[in-house]
Amino acid sequence: MASVTHNFMKLFRSSAGGQREASQPVQKLTRRSSGLGELSRLWDGESPLCVLDLGSTSPSNIRFFTERGHKIYSEDLLVSSTEPGLVTKDEQGNVVLDSRKYLAENLQYPALHFDVVLCWNLPDYLDESLVRPVMGRLWSVLKPGGMLLAFFHTKDAGPDSPCYRFHILEKDVLEMQRIVLRREARRGPTGAIHTAIADGFRLQRVFNNRHIETLFRDFASIKFFLARDNVREVLVVR
Amino acid sequence: MSAPFSADLAQIGKSVVIKGELSGSEDLYVDGQVEGSIALKGNSLTVGPHGQIKASVEAKGVIVQGKLEGNVLATDRVDLRKTAIVTGDISTQRIAIEEGAYLKGKVDIQGRAEKAAGK
Repeated sequence: MASVTHNFMKLFRSSAGGQREASQPVQKLTRRSSGLGELSRLWDGESPLCVLDLGSTSPSNIRFFTERGHKIYSEDLLVSSTEPGLVTKDEQGNVVLDSRKYLAENLQYPALHFDVVLCWNLPDYLDESLVRPVMGRLWSVLKPGGMLLAFFHTKDAGPDSPCYRFHILEKDVLEMQRIVLRREARRGPTGAIHTAIADGFRLQRVFNNRHIETLFRDFASIKFFLARDNVREVLVVR
Repeated sequence: MSAPFSADLAQIGKSVVIKGELSGSEDLYVDGQVEGSIALKGNSLTVGPHGQIKASVEAKGVIVQGKLEGNVLATDRVDLRKTAIVTGDISTQRIAIEEGAYLKGKVDIQGRAEKAAGK
């Protein structure tokens, strides 16, 4: 009886909105990743790898790679793209982000430096003016034979599809955690931070297969994995 | 958040700005601004929530709650708390990163044997 009362009280508490929301933990989901499973063959090998993680700083990913003797570089390209100083106008007077300035401040690595780049869902959420320049730079910092993993939404995804950070749990299992922006990332004199919405990032576009192939046309090969959650996983080899 | 009390803890308060080389043989808590280099070989550095460091750091342990720009070499461990914003490479034996911490740079975990061999 006590437990019934306890559960009833729990139900009552959970239906009281307002203040409870703030203290609620951020929602986390778990998903299997075929692309990651394919990549895992690399990090189970003997030789130490150089891995670039372009998602939000993930303690799990850092632990995952360093425990296996690999070097990991972490760089959150989405948060960097919200820098107000990047906002400029193109020849037609459209507001865009300055890709030259962006690449001068980010992704500054020697050529042919990385074995693996974990792009996660970056291309879907990155501002249009930055996508191709960033992919070009990633091509140049990957070693020949190096691999890049990216996730793309399918056409069923809406503009408010939440942007996640990805934590590697096992070699083919990811934990997805909804990104909530830091307050300072949304601040700026112009207020024109395209990719940011109230508490996260906005899906900028949906790539079809042909767009994806064009995006990675400089790479040697491309492999698609269709997942159940309106996401295509793409593994490209330089 | 205030610095943990300790007789062997030097403190640099919020309004203090230091430019140059900082070295010592006691633990250091920085809640102000430091630009240059910090060397505390057998001791620990704590960057408080208001701390802003633009320096290369060498210490036994490093705890970051504020901003740190520069490479970190810690012989024991590095702790990045949830408010930490770190830009630079980290080389250490152990690292703990809280959810929410921001890191732009390389993490290199060095074993004791590697350190001794100077790799």
